[in-house]
Amino acid sequence: MFTYITKRLLAAIPTLLIIITIAFFMMRIAPGGPFDAERQLPPEIEANILKAYDLDKPLYQQYFIYVGNLLRFDFGPSYKFRDFSVTELILTGLPASLQIGGMAILIAALIGVSLGTLAALYQNQKTDYAIMGVAMTGIAIPNFVVAPILSLVFGVYLSWLPVAGWGDGSARNLVLPVISLALPQIAYISRLTRGSMVEVLHSNYIRTARAKGLRERLVVVRHAIKGALLPVVSYLGPAAAAVTTGSVVIESIYDIPGVGRYFVNAALNRDYPLVMGVVIFYATLIIIMNLIVDVIYSFLDPKLRVNG
Amino acid sequence: MSVKMTPFKHLKAGMLAISIAVSGAFFTAPGNEAQAADTLTFGNMGEPASLDPHFISGVWESRIVGNMFLGLTTEAADGSIIPGAAESWTVSDDGLVYTFTLRDHTWSDGKPVTANDFYYAFQRILAPETASGYSYLLYTIKNAQKVNTGKASPEALGVKVIDDKTLEVSLEGPAPYFVAQLVHYTAYPIPSHKVKELGKEWAKNKGAVSNGAYTLEEWMPNAQIRLIKNPKFYDAENVSINELIFYPQEDRSAVLKRVRAGEVDIQTDFASSDLKWLEKNMPEYIRIAPYLGVYYYPLNTSDEVLKDPRVRKALAMSIDREILTDKVLRTGEVPAYGFVPPGTGTYGQPSEVNWKTLSKDERIAQAQKLMEEAGYSKSNPPTLRLSYNTSENHKKVAIAIAAMWKKALGVKTELYNSEVKVHYASLKTRDFQVARAGWIADYNDPQNFLNLMEARNLSKNYSSFNNEQYNTLMKKAEMEVDMDKRDEYMREAEAIAMAELPNIPLYYYVSKNLVNPRVKGWIDNPADVHHARYLTVD
Repeated sequence: MFTYITKRLLAAIPTLLIIITIAFFMMRIAPGGPFDAERQLPPEIEANILKAYDLDKPLYQQYFIYVGNLLRFDFGPSYKFRDFSVTELILTGLPASLQIGGMAILIAALIGVSLGTLAALYQNQKTDYAIMGVAMTGIAIPNFVVAPILSLVFGVYLSWLPVAGWGDGSARNLVLPVISLALPQIAYISRLTRGSMVEVLHSNYIRTARAKGLRERLVVVRHAIKGALLPVVSYLGPAAAAVTTGSVVIESIYDIPGVGRYFVNAALNRDYPLVMGVVIFYATLIIIMNLIVDVIYSFLDPKLRVNG
Repeated sequence: MSVKMTPFKHLKAGMLAISIAVSGAFFTAPGNEAQAADTLTFGNMGEPASLDPHFISGVWESRIVGNMFLGLTTEAADGSIIPGAAESWTVSDDGLVYTFTLRDHTWSDGKPVTANDFYYAFQRILAPETASGYSYLLYTIKNAQKVNTGKASPEALGVKVIDDKTLEVSLEGPAPYFVAQLVHYTAYPIPSHKVKELGKEWAKNKGAVSNGAYTLEEWMPNAQIRLIKNPKFYDAENVSINELIFYPQEDRSAVLKRVRAGEVDIQTDFASSDLKWLEKNMPEYIRIAPYLGVYYYPLNTSDEVLKDPRVRKALAMSIDREILTDKVLRTGEVPAYGFVPPGTGTYGQPSEVNWKTLSKDERIAQAQKLMEEAGYSKSNPPTLRLSYNTSENHKKVAIAIAAMWKKALGVKTELYNSEVKVHYASLKTRDFQVARAGWIADYNDPQNFLNLMEARNLSKNYSSFNNEQYNTLMKKAEMEVDMDKRDEYMREAEAIAMAELPNIPLYYYVSKNLVNPRVKGWIDNPADVHHARYLTVD
């Protein structure tokens, strides 16, 4: 197993390098530069600034300077937030995103799998229809609709919870963003679970288990869930990466200091180093999550067990 | 599978219980986040790029930094210019040399603020290697541009320390607005002793040294900035609010909810579409006031169609500005028939277009005639591309204007929307025909608006307007000491611009604040500057 993981991690290096290269040059193809703004700079001042960031050099040189700095784990300064380096920005944003995203995905997995299993067990009955009806609604309503409604009801009308803000990351500030993030995931995961559960419950090995006279509960908990979880797990990997890196919608509605908003804002600001930083960060997280998924897979499904 | 399975009753109940418990666990602590009596909270609409006055450019940054630092001059509660770190000053007869006497006051760490701190600040912002984006605002100072572009040594700069309490500044030309310019953050003093000790990081962390009414307590990027009262501030006894919190949230309707819940006291901008609701439900919060800013459409005068002044005039005449302000925007904006907003400096009445008094029908009839003279007609109209940057309001205005042109002149308008960086990059390269632009005053003087049409202002004269007479008048105004004469030159220049119309003025901006009625001492003013040192809360 250890050799397998090491191999996979080594294979990730060229993947990352390709991603870095593509992102670096794609970003530069976009028209408009980091210092174009409503208040246009006089040419000589723009020259001062471009020089300060090595942006006056030919593009290929900038690329090699950038990759060279990366090797020393230097992600460079942010053009927009000039008091902070890219590393600082990502590291200060990460705890909030991880906290909210982590809780959301955990809750979503627990509730989603439970509901999905229930729906499958009561396939085509009222419980099933009720759960799937709610799930469909959850998928259909985007969170930029759910989030403002939640903050209006619980923040403005009922005054139970803060409308927005991070405070010191206290539980009260986390509730609404976590729920808003978790809801669509719950919906998605429960549908996924139901689908694969229905399939598994009709498979031969479950029939065998029942034929052996096992109690229905054991059949489901010991045998069926394990098999039914496979597609859920492979969905959860990338989903966890996406959710824990923050959501720009949730972060701007609830004013959460996470990493999510950098994905959009950095690109709009043409803040090249910050864009590169979040791209590398996200790519690395996806690679790691996929690796974890594969490892979990091998525990869930003996057919896939890798020899290491 | 249609077997009825009783064992799952437990499972079902259990899972529902988990779901409810998980979601219910959060609701344990009720109560509202009402603010303490000595804390003022701002919906500040933007994360600052920096708190170092040399590296900022936005009003949201200025709002924070303006509470931390005190320039030679500063704004009173009503926005008027009053002495700040300088107690008094004298001006030489030719208007070229200002001598400032500093007030006895200290930095927040107790060190005295000296003329050296100002000297250091001017040298630092103008050094080419500092690469400050806003340094050009100080080009009024003798040799500032040369120093900033590396064409003169730093010593050539017209700033001299006479002694600890006396600073002498020489100017390029008599610029009567110089004192007004000094309220700007580009002219704040910088604690040289701290910058030398901490380098780039000096303005970032708790306890960053400043000389204004407040000091930095905490900066959590994208979460909040907290300032607390500076006990060493020279007028600390008259500062009533102890703590300021600035939230960077940009989503205006989300911030509005926080205002409603009492989490935010002052929202610095709100969506026009919310006005109706606000007027009905919280009218006592609304603060709409004239603002020193103009919203205009530059016309590219090197364009084949638009180089003809008759076409430019026809386009300007056929826009119904009252419809834009009263029906499209509906937040109190003022129709603009001149370029300099009313209330700017001592300027008085701006030179407006000479067809303002005509009725709408007469204007359109004249506009049609002008187009015919230029060789166009409704059956043979020109096609124009109208570029604007992404924003609901810009889009609404552009659509309305395209419809007006179509109806009055038959002009076919192609709307071209791009994000802000792309939009301004194409203005810079003059790759446009008609574009949306706006200008908010850096300092309260008509020159700050009218220089947008001077040929030498390469970076912001988007229309590439080059009128000999206009340029000469603006240069004459620059060298004039007599304020009345100076204003007269500029009014003449503005009259030329309003006849030639390289830029079509559309409306003057308003500032749109929501202020919780518990905040007292707020005075609406055209600069929209409201330092917290003048405010109190119940």
